[in-house]
Amino acid sequence: MSSAQLLKIALCLYAAGVLGSLLSLRRERMANLLGFVAALLAGLCGIGSTLMVLLGGLGGEWPAFELWPSLVPYVRLTLRLDPLGAFFLLIVSILAVAISLYSLGYVRGFYGRKSVGVLAAFYNALLLAVTLVFTASNAFFFLIGWEIMALTAYCLISFEHEKTETRNGAVLYFIMSHIGTGCLILGFLLLFQYSHDYSFESFRQTAAAMAPERRDAAFLLFLAGFGVKAGIIPLHIWLPEAHPVAPSNISALLSGVMIKTGIYGITRVCFDFLGTPPNWWGVTVLTIGTISAILGVLYALMEHDLKRLLAYHSIENIGIILMGLGASLMFLHSGHPVLAALALIAGLYHTINHAIFKALLFLGAGAVLHATHTRNMEEMGGLIKRMPKTAFFFLVGAVAISALPPLNGFVSEWLTYQSLLQGFGTTSSLVRLMFPLSGAMLALTGALAAACFVKAFGITFLAQPRSEEARHAHESPGPMLWGMGLLASACVFLGLFPALFLRVFGPLTGQLLGQSLPEHLSLMNGLVLGNTQELGGTVSPLVMTLTGVCLLPIPLVLWWWFARRAQTRIGPTWDCGLRGLTPQMEYTATGFSKPIRMIFKALFRPRREVQREYDYSPYFAKTLRFESHIEEPFVTRLYRPLNRGILRLSRRMRALQAGSIQAYLIYIFVTLLVLLIWAL
Amino acid sequence: MRIILAIVLQTLLLLVLAPLVTGTIRNWKAKLQNRRGPRVWQPYLDLAKFLRKDMVISEHTSWIFRAMPYVLLVSTLLAGLMMPLVCVLAPLNLFGGVLAFVGLLALGRFFLALGGLDAASAFGGMGSSREMTISAVAEPALMLAIFTVAISAGSTNLSQMLLASQGTVASFLTPARLLAFAALFIVLLAETGRIPVDNPATHLELTMIHEAMLLEYSGRYLALIEWSASVKQLVLMALLVNIFFPVGVTTNLAAGSLALSLGWFLAKLLVLAGGVVLVETTNAKLRLFRVPDLLSAAFILAALGLLSTFLFNEPAPL
Repeated sequence: MSSAQLLKIALCLYAAGVLGSLLSLRRERMANLLGFVAALLAGLCGIGSTLMVLLGGLGGEWPAFELWPSLVPYVRLTLRLDPLGAFFLLIVSILAVAISLYSLGYVRGFYGRKSVGVLAAFYNALLLAVTLVFTASNAFFFLIGWEIMALTAYCLISFEHEKTETRNGAVLYFIMSHIGTGCLILGFLLLFQYSHDYSFESFRQTAAAMAPERRDAAFLLFLAGFGVKAGIIPLHIWLPEAHPVAPSNISALLSGVMIKTGIYGITRVCFDFLGTPPNWWGVTVLTIGTISAILGVLYALMEHDLKRLLAYHSIENIGIILMGLGASLMFLHSGHPVLAALALIAGLYHTINHAIFKALLFLGAGAVLHATHTRNMEEMGGLIKRMPKTAFFFLVGAVAISALPPLNGFVSEWLTYQSLLQGFGTTSSLVRLMFPLSGAMLALTGALAAACFVKAFGITFLAQPRSEEARHAHESPGPMLWGMGLLASACVFLGLFPALFLRVFGPLTGQLLGQSLPEHLSLMNGLVLGNTQELGGTVSPLVMTLTGVCLLPIPLVLWWWFARRAQTRIGPTWDCGLRGLTPQMEYTATGFSKPIRMIFKALFRPRREVQREYDYSPYFAKTLRFESHIEEPFVTRLYRPLNRGILRLSRRMRALQAGSIQAYLIYIFVTLLVLLIWAL
Repeated sequence: MRIILAIVLQTLLLLVLAPLVTGTIRNWKAKLQNRRGPRVWQPYLDLAKFLRKDMVISEHTSWIFRAMPYVLLVSTLLAGLMMPLVCVLAPLNLFGGVLAFVGLLALGRFFLALGGLDAASAFGGMGSSREMTISAVAEPALMLAIFTVAISAGSTNLSQMLLASQGTVASFLTPARLLAFAALFIVLLAETGRIPVDNPATHLELTMIHEAMLLEYSGRYLALIEWSASVKQLVLMALLVNIFFPVGVTTNLAAGSLALSLGWFLAKLLVLAGGVVLVETTNAKLRLFRVPDLLSAAFILAALGLLSTFLFNEPAPL
């Protein structure tokens, strides 16, 4: 079967999933089965189809076809699965398989409460739209897919629309998403002025020859338009509001897949259309990436809502991805295609890694939510004993996202470090200092992420349960565990065998940079991962792990030698002589991140209010009320004034809209007059 | 075959030498404070005693608590195997450079902090929170200092970094490297819980960081953790002395030159240990919220090191 056929089958299966679940709206079990099994099978077809393209090498055929002939001029519904699109479609397909499997169990929680059929239909529609976005080869068709994606995502986010919080998040997403789409339309119109056609092929041929200031304008428009979807700072404000309020399987899809469409867009436009970039493009992308990474993780640390915490981490990881892409653009400018390939691979490898571990973490958070009915970490605790498998999978995701060896997050950050370090030698201007400095900021980000996930895992799963719900939590049903297990094993595979997986980037760098994989990237038959120079830096998570396993007998032999006769007793935790330790005495999530809140005080501007009531001495308080919160400067300093300005303006405009026909007739007349005079 | 032999020998060296370094520092510190102090061998006796003792494990803990000592020891030893100690070629040189080295130490710390949280005591949580905070603030300075050396060596593999600066004195005593060394020295104090940052001798709950996480550990688990802490201190010190002062590290595998190289290594370690002891006795512990100032000073030192490559026109590779 050819790649094109598989892609068509996948598209049909998604469409069938939409129809099937809509037709069985009344029968929940049927809708659940039809919708999610269709998506699962479509995901499998997608994986097959994309792997054929990616492993086919440079000479392989890239399927291209037209869905059906359209009657509207310029609009052609053409699809083309080139390596760049195939790589992103591979991410979607892997996640579609795992999340659909998980959803089969997860949506049972909605039986009798909400319409599962609607959820499954929109779920399939979103996957279908994302597939179209990654394969469309005509700007109009791309925008159609883009809008279907935005709208279905809006419907999915507002699935539990009874809650005010959900409605607010969804509307904010809707507004921001359309500001982004506006930028994209303008960007495509700019390109159209030179190409006189909306096909991507024509952009590819003409966009590089645009006047420099137009090219820069197009770059900025696309960066803003795709940046909204990707959630770069300062366009990120919708992300922590919208992602947490969606059902958890949808959150995983949004964070794993949808924000990657922004990365896809930036890569497509900057590397495929616009030709050799000026230096400041790369500098801009690298700077935005660094800022997003650091601020994302810092705000994540302040959260005690498990899903909001994960949403902020998406901003952080998008930042890390953009660091790779930005460095790659800078290398393209300075004429180092091999390094550009390395940095591009680093960014894209982090894209697939982030998709996988973030989906895993959101699914884990969904399982916790399912069991405890709360997103507030301060009411969790002790779940590792009640849901051991979920806890284990969440731990795998936590280690991976903290970029700790030997899992996949470590490998892609390692590649990012390598490309940043090599970048120092590519220019002699002061700009080269940017590379090691953003490397240092990447190190700060990684260490803060580790702190954040010690908090997320430790407070959620360890120690004593902090609430009645957490005390009575239960393990998730089978399909949910299988879905998480699938993603956890993907984390292990991508971590231990990076050089094996890197083969898929061969056609991709060939297509975008005309450059095959760097020669020293894979050493010793793929056992060791290298960089662009011989012995310029090598790593092998697999050998590390195996050696680690071989070292494990040391502590065991010591145990046998010395402690054979030692007894192990289970006792209470030391409680300072009080009578019994209660969950109130445990360290809280807020307390855990307090030192960091204090160190970065200037950024967070924490506000706290303490009210004490006491009889005679302030040391013996009768009641104490403590309130503390932090503000996001982007919301208070940028968006709120903007919002106020727009409201004020519209209030002024209201005077014009008086409701009297005579007034409107005058407006029309005056406008006509002005236009006529202008035309003269 | 040779690589397996090298792994075995270096693991043994790490395990045997690490408590001695800890003991020496304790002994010298006592001498400087006009005390007699414990013998330098005392840490070995402590470890043997801990290993034999019965254990009490908290009822609230999970498998994380029990797995942590093993993960910590293994990840620290793995990091140590990437560091050239007496021979230029570290056993795992090809399989992980300085980035993996830092990553493995971070992996150990991740589990250490989880172990602190697992027993449901407020002290453990406090220790974990502080440890993760301080390590986060130390990380940029650590990485930037390492980058300075890695960039001029054109590699992130520790053996290549060492080789690139071996040779004349002028090749390793550059201003950039000296500034990076100063930054790393401060990071060393923070990472090993030494005095301006943490007090290894205290058992007063409110002031301690590292010890607070271990409060619930006893018996052989405590022995493994203490041993790992010593090994971590040794490999970080080896990073400072071998990468920045690559004198005497041999490329030759003959027994004689290895012995000579071991002698050099011990001598350099003792000098650095002396430095640590001096800092510890002449300084007071900083308030927790003054520690970031110290570590940002380290970051600025490392950044100055990078800048100085411009002033002194060091050639960039590639």
